[in-house]
Amino acid sequence: MGFKNDNDKQAYWRTTVLLLLKLLVIWFVVSFGCGILLVDQLNQFQLFGFKLGFWFSQQGAIYCFVLLIFYYVYAMNKIDQRFGVDEE
Amino acid sequence: MDLKTLTMLIVGASFVLYFAIAIWARAGSTQEFYVAGGGVHPIANGMATAADWMSAASFISMAGLISFMGYDGTVYLLGWTGGYVLLALCLAPYLRKFGKFTVPDFIGDRYYSQTARTVAVVCAIFVSFTYVAGQMRGVGVVFSRFLEVDITTGVIIGMGVVFFYTVLGGMKGITYTQVAQYCVLIFAYTVPAVFISMMMTGHVLPQTGFGATLSDGSGVYLLDKLDGLVMELGFHEYTSGSKGMFDVFCITAALMVGTAGLPHVIVRFFTVPKVRDARKSAGWALLFIALLYTTAPSIAAFARVNMIETINGPTVAGQAATGTPYSDAPTWITNWEKTGLIGWEDKNADGKMFYSGDERNEVTIDRDIVVLANPEIADLPAWVIALVAAGGVAAALSTSAGLLLVISTSVSHDLLKRNLMPNITDKKELFYARLAAGVAICIAGWFGIHPPGFVAQVVAFAFGLAASSFFPAIIMGIFSKKMNSQGAIAGMLAGIIFTAAYIIYFKFVNPAANVADNWLLGVSPEGIGSIGMLLNFAVALVVFKFTKPAPEEIQQLVESIRYPRGAGEAQAH
Repeated sequence: MGFKNDNDKQAYWRTTVLLLLKLLVIWFVVSFGCGILLVDQLNQFQLFGFKLGFWFSQQGAIYCFVLLIFYYVYAMNKIDQRFGVDEE
Repeated sequence: MDLKTLTMLIVGASFVLYFAIAIWARAGSTQEFYVAGGGVHPIANGMATAADWMSAASFISMAGLISFMGYDGTVYLLGWTGGYVLLALCLAPYLRKFGKFTVPDFIGDRYYSQTARTVAVVCAIFVSFTYVAGQMRGVGVVFSRFLEVDITTGVIIGMGVVFFYTVLGGMKGITYTQVAQYCVLIFAYTVPAVFISMMMTGHVLPQTGFGATLSDGSGVYLLDKLDGLVMELGFHEYTSGSKGMFDVFCITAALMVGTAGLPHVIVRFFTVPKVRDARKSAGWALLFIALLYTTAPSIAAFARVNMIETINGPTVAGQAATGTPYSDAPTWITNWEKTGLIGWEDKNADGKMFYSGDERNEVTIDRDIVVLANPEIADLPAWVIALVAAGGVAAALSTSAGLLLVISTSVSHDLLKRNLMPNITDKKELFYARLAAGVAICIAGWFGIHPPGFVAQVVAFAFGLAASSFFPAIIMGIFSKKMNSQGAIAGMLAGIIFTAAYIIYFKFVNPAANVADNWLLGVSPEGIGSIGMLLNFAVALVVFKFTKPAPEEIQQLVESIRYPRGAGEAQAH
């Protein structure tokens, strides 16, 4: 067992789930939000030659996905270290 | 050197490379055959995952689909990338910590039930076969166009190559071949796109090029020009959609969740040494996938403009284009006409080709040629065209190999070892794994040569079933300690039966009724997997309420997969 006590174990899982929820909210907003649900509203704005909503749906959301995963890797490694459950 | 010889050389060279890798990376044990010994570097695994994931459909068909669908093509772009976020955050690290070989392994052990395992095995095999049939066909099509052999010969060559390195190398052989295949396919995909972007907009990156102004001196944005062109010709506006918003939402969700639930993708994360690597590897995989997926919509927009202008002739100072005389048609049109992928019928007998979305239209264009003919349309050198052929073959082969391995593992490991013949030796199991891979290749090849008319329809099936069966069961298995076998099995069955029934009804039983008015809540069969997924969750939770929670030792198992420390190599058992 890696955890010092049960409190730590619960705190670790709570921290992890909280991080996941935050990142999944961003995931939902950039793809389903900006790319689909709000696409008409965003299309009134222009980003160079793109309508903004169109750009999110065919480019922007994908860039955000990549950044989200790499941020998750970074943040998760931090959490693992803090609780002493990282891999040696 | 003519195009055919050049293509043979480049495709042949890529095959030699794959063979060399297969011989170097032979599998000696079931562990190497199933999960490459669990020792793959995360970046290499990222590339392998990307090649595994991007099939003939992504490489050949997707840009074409987007080119004709415009904004509606978004469902593929978001659906087939967004799933990796779910995979990286919610599935991959925990399944890696769990440390077995397959998805049915997890479902069977976590839900302490052979029934659950069997349901999972059947789904895994069905989903994989559905998928692989289309891949073999893809190999055949590429060969027949570029090497001028018939499709059957093409499929048989493809079968031979896959047979060699899958049966010999197992997951270990496949992984390193897929790394090479990724390099071939991404190079082949981006080179023509960069050339075309530079020609049309002066931007090196196609990703920014399609939001830039045209370099013809007009100062008009490419997308504005495209919107103008297509509206004038009676199509719907390129940058806005024609599907219902809720349907687009559901299709995207079904494809995302389906991606995260596809066994041949999940199993790739069992091959890295550590939990940390599984997380990182998902990031690399998506980065490598995003290179192609952000290029595709640019190719789509460039190709649509190019195609319209070539066929209808340029618009001159306010005068609408009236068509290009057939006698002046560029050679790519006549070349592809021979394959039947472009057709022209001179309806108004003026000797000119005209392409539009209304009754004036005289030209039929198969979506697949957008990528395949792209280098010819842009007048690129012959080696680029040959490269695209090699890339298409690489995309189809890499995905086939991954799928065939899932089928073979499901049979030898989940069905024989874990179910029917538990006392089998490692060596015997390895033999059965190879045998199953061989048989699966022959079946896949048969489907490639005699494609059932329903291949296109059943793709919705693969994603729908993965979304409505595996995804909820795995998520609940990780994020709920107490979810029990009764709940999980009831949920999976409810999800599968509902989704399958809906798709079968609209695709096979009563295709005439397959219109928006008859759909449940306006959701098309392509998107119904997301409703099936919700149903799975709901049924599982209700059944769980009325039955006993999972036993103590299972709850401890769940706790132990939630943190990384102590993840050994993938365990044999």
